[in-house]
Amino acid sequence: MNDDLPLLRVSSLSKSYGSRIGCADVTFDLWPGEVLAVVGESGSGKTTLLNCLSTRLMPTSGTASYRMRDGTFRELYRMSEAERRFLMRTDWGFVHQNPADGLRMNVSAGANVGERLMAVGDRHYGRIRATAIDWLGRVEIGADRIDDEPRAFSGGMRQRLQIARNLVTGPRLVFMDEPTGGLDVSVQARLLDLLRGLVSDLGLAAIVVTHDLAVARLLSQRMMVMKDGRVVETGLTDRVLDDPREPYTQLLVSSILQV
Amino acid sequence: MPTPLVVSEVAKSFTMHLRDGVRLAVVEDVSFSLKSGECAVLGGPSGAGKSSILKMLYGNYAADAGQIIVNHGGKLIDLAAASPREVLAIRRDTIGYVSQFLRTVPRVAAVDVVAEPLVARGFDRARARERAATLLSRLNLPERLWGLPPATFSGGEQQRVNIARGFITAHPILLLDEPTASLDARNREVVIAMIAEKKAEGVALLGIFHDADVREAVADRIIDVTVFAPGARAA
Amino acid sequence: MSARTSEIASYNFAYLDEQTKRMIRRAILKGIAIPGYQVPFASREMPMPYGWGTGGVQITASIIGRDDVLKVIDQGADDTTNAVSIRAFFARVAGVAVTTETAKATIIQTRHRIPEHPLGEGQVLVYQVPIPEPLRYLEPRETETRKMHALEEYGLMHVKLYEDIARHGHIATTYAYPVKVEGRYVMDPSPTPKFDNPKMHMSPALQLFGAGREKRIYALPPYTRVVSLDFEDHPFEVQRFEQPCALCGARNVYLDEVILDDRGGRMFVCSDTDYCEKRRDEGGVAANPFEPDEAAT
Repeated sequence: MNDDLPLLRVSSLSKSYGSRIGCADVTFDLWPGEVLAVVGESGSGKTTLLNCLSTRLMPTSGTASYRMRDGTFRELYRMSEAERRFLMRTDWGFVHQNPADGLRMNVSAGANVGERLMAVGDRHYGRIRATAIDWLGRVEIGADRIDDEPRAFSGGMRQRLQIARNLVTGPRLVFMDEPTGGLDVSVQARLLDLLRGLVSDLGLAAIVVTHDLAVARLLSQRMMVMKDGRVVETGLTDRVLDDPREPYTQLLVSSILQV
Repeated sequence: MPTPLVVSEVAKSFTMHLRDGVRLAVVEDVSFSLKSGECAVLGGPSGAGKSSILKMLYGNYAADAGQIIVNHGGKLIDLAAASPREVLAIRRDTIGYVSQFLRTVPRVAAVDVVAEPLVARGFDRARARERAATLLSRLNLPERLWGLPPATFSGGEQQRVNIARGFITAHPILLLDEPTASLDARNREVVIAMIAEKKAEGVALLGIFHDADVREAVADRIIDVTVFAPGARAA
Repeated sequence: MSARTSEIASYNFAYLDEQTKRMIRRAILKGIAIPGYQVPFASREMPMPYGWGTGGVQITASIIGRDDVLKVIDQGADDTTNAVSIRAFFARVAGVAVTTETAKATIIQTRHRIPEHPLGEGQVLVYQVPIPEPLRYLEPRETETRKMHALEEYGLMHVKLYEDIARHGHIATTYAYPVKVEGRYVMDPSPTPKFDNPKMHMSPALQLFGAGREKRIYALPPYTRVVSLDFEDHPFEVQRFEQPCALCGARNVYLDEVILDDRGGRMFVCSDTDYCEKRRDEGGVAANPFEPDEAAT
């Protein structure tokens, strides 16, 4: 595959709710295997942006084109709903902050992981189950838990299950909305490490929305800082964090608690 | 001798927006070049901007002005104006960096921290681990520590992990930010020997060494940073 | 007949007014045109509670003519309360001939069975359906299930079957077993035992499904492909009974368990009462070792 072309091209993307700005004039390219962190405080528009990019929301203006597996660029907001939904369950993943939003809580862990396989036409129970066991292992969930419902899982386990459910079809782009939010610190560390490993092993591109700069530093190579719906600073993650240029970024960085 | 790195008229200042926009000029008109097989050392007192220069050369700090021309696989790229993607590619293949402090990642074993740059360049993980183990043992890091995450290691142990990580690849340019600061004499000797080997391999090295003995042992020349102090040229 | 019609002169033929029948017929025609697709319709109040077959009754009322012969079964039986009262209802409001014989009926309204006697061209089977939406089990939102049908996103149906196998080692769904119609729509065949699913496939009869409370009509035109969902390594199978019917000796039919006493005594008999009686009239009894069905399979 041609890695000299971006996977996603976003140009002047804006979303407004009446007169209120969700996000405004966002432009960037994302390359295969690249992890982009979008940071900012609550209300900065980072989640609106994520929802627009993942086509869960329609932007007010602007374009986003995605390079499909056949190499052609497709304008996301002009695709039919059927195509978009197919993309979302095959070539994309979406990891929600609250696992209950991304899991089926009333079916087993195995079925949660296997659903995407069945959705793309796998009709062999034994193979689906073997793949599910493999993926549970990769997110450090024992094979003996395969028939348990996610309700019986801890928060960290649920999040790991959500990740497995998303990655089972080998997506090329994963959206993450505060993937470690609401977890205990030790659980967070484990999850971050797991995500780092998976992202680099699978060569995933990811857009990670987080308000936690430490998470951004650990997971991403590039960073976009948002305030009031606009991108105020962008660049290499360590450059933005170690040499912040904009007043708001300096405020954010200086507000990190040191341990 | 090829010249893989040319720095010309680079300037760096910090604008402190939280302190009413105070502008803190660090260096200006930084110009020098680096040849393959030499080890140049940045000299000057603390606060002269040695570390800032090193960080600009790694893309960690943004340069306000000037050019940092890097020979990246035969292609000349201005690092000061490069896109994040280009900087990442240069870091992966051309410029290595040994920082003063190790930024640890939770739960990743020391041996994997060291092996990671090789794996990122497409090496087989098992082979990369072997190389990592060789380096760690050469730097006298007890083998029982290899499988543990370095977060709880002592300063000297962390630094050795850091050095091994920086030296494991064959980057043509290697930046060293006080790699020997927390090392004992025996391990300092090891690092001096490793730097000499890199030079022999044709690597261009640029370092900051506070320890006079080490500096003496490795430096082919000293680049005096005080001449880059703001206003120094005019004076 | 004239005496009876005058008694109920205030009712239109077959109870429903003509406008309502036309509305329902339009829904039926749309259902036939798009096999397996659930057509919404303006379900009317009927003189019986929901759950008693109001959907099926409205379909029957809309298609029945004076020359039709009606059979009504409930779990295969012609003589249970539900079947008897619906049959009586139409005998009264439409004055049509009624029968218990499958072969003689032109319209068969059924609750949860397909007769054992093969249906033929010209016959209409009307199913009473409680919950028409096969995806409802895992997706409670109607907006979402409609979208899933529209976009043919049926992975969820297999999630349900997967759960069955994971829990029970085999597909434990024994009734309302989901089917795919003409390779397009996934359909709930109403709570018939899965034993009857193969009978739907390429049936020469027209099959109509009515859900009164849920206000949906769907249809299988004659000779429609109806395939039960399954996995390659867990293929669809119908129930097998170890013993023949205790009354008529039939094999390869669907049997009901009948409790005989409070000491564990029980027997298995045909669920299709008409079929069972016919066989007994023709001399097939349990004691008779002669088993014609064996040869047929």
